[in-house]
Amino acid sequence: MRITQGAFSFLPDLTDAQIKAQVQYCLEQGWAVSVEYTDDPHPRNNYWEMWGPPMFDLKDAAGVFSEIAACRNTFPNHYVRVNAFDSSRGWETVRLSFIVQRPAKEDGFRLDRTEWEGRTQRYALRHRAQFEAR
Amino acid sequence: MLDATLSAPPAALPARDADGKLDLGALFTESEVPEFLADLEADLIGLKPVKRRIREIAAHLVIGRAREQLGLTAGAPTLHMTFTGNPGTGKTTVALKMAQILHRLGYVRRGHLVSVTRDDLVGQYIGHTAPKTKEILKKAMGGVLFIDEAYYLYRPENERDYGQEAIEILLQVMENQRDDLVVILAGYKDRMDRFFESNPGFRSRIAHHIDFPDYEDEELVAIARSMADAADYRFSPEAERALVEYVTARRGQPNFANARSIRNAFDRMRLRQSLRLFDTAGLIDREALETITEGDVRASRVFSGGIDAPRSAASV
Repeated sequence: MRITQGAFSFLPDLTDAQIKAQVQYCLEQGWAVSVEYTDDPHPRNNYWEMWGPPMFDLKDAAGVFSEIAACRNTFPNHYVRVNAFDSSRGWETVRLSFIVQRPAKEDGFRLDRTEWEGRTQRYALRHRAQFEAR
Repeated sequence: MLDATLSAPPAALPARDADGKLDLGALFTESEVPEFLADLEADLIGLKPVKRRIREIAAHLVIGRAREQLGLTAGAPTLHMTFTGNPGTGKTTVALKMAQILHRLGYVRRGHLVSVTRDDLVGQYIGHTAPKTKEILKKAMGGVLFIDEAYYLYRPENERDYGQEAIEILLQVMENQRDDLVVILAGYKDRMDRFFESNPGFRSRIAHHIDFPDYEDEELVAIARSMADAADYRFSPEAERALVEYVTARRGQPNFANARSIRNAFDRMRLRQSLRLFDTAGLIDREALETITEGDVRASRVFSGGIDAPRSAASV
């Protein structure tokens, strides 16, 4: 199941050149770009692991891209995304976030059902990779 | 013969004629290099060998572009450089210009200059150096990384010095990401030479070694004049004669730093001029405000035995 989160996720995966162009756009807007990775792309999992601190004061996408490449190398089977944070007054939020790597095979989610008090049923979505890893 | 190639043609022509021959002149004009070289000539006084070398590099880059257009292998040239020379000979200024020219020629994408010293690259404790160096390198990507007094990176007397780690990361990036940034190392000649002896890897990865000569006396006077111009001051004729003597005297005294000494001297002359005008009070006109007189120049301690001599009442 293809994970669709952030920008561009309904498009075919971005090529490296396209990623660089997007990152360059972010840098030109003065946003701080950061790289994050996770093996649990649950929609409620907002906080992915940070690949190093956000990068400030960069002028060229090559610097960010070397970090993306390093992260991909270290975690070839994780999801990797790029966030661009706008610190200007009134925004102070992530302005752009997009996935730059997904595992070769995306396992999708499993639905767990738990019996609860009375005859209540509780449901939880869990990413399958989480189970296979453990 | 280089100068002949580099003199710009009268008009921009189509870059390629019917026989598939490239018009170098047009290519050259399009690259904005002529304006740049003219700027360089106007802005930088003296420094002949440096300008010559920059022309060579500029020509090489234009020819490289031409070769590319005709399908010959151009191969991005190695553009890392060293600038060696005494203090105040314009190394940083030229580095800034260099970033601009490389940008105009399309060899660096952004054309900014990141100026660092050892402190910015080398960390305080184990594991601190690599992230620090990488961070600076990331900031310099797409531009020029200028490492001032680069020989401090290597401290032979301390074998556990973290400088070595920074050097290794630098070398790796200089080799593998030649398209992404240009590194310029700067420092005094003799110490730079010793630095290269102990780090042969650096020498072989740097294509251009540019030596900045000391300024001649008349060049320093010209520099003083242009500084004054830029700040809307001017020297009276007598003051200019005193300035010539000042330069000669200053050169013989310790801590002479070429154009930097002149800049400092000029700043002090401005202070003296202000104080003189302030003390005389009364009515002043535009001319008085912009003129630096002989007295302002001659009050310098350089004329009374040098900066180490005890202050006399005259030198304020």
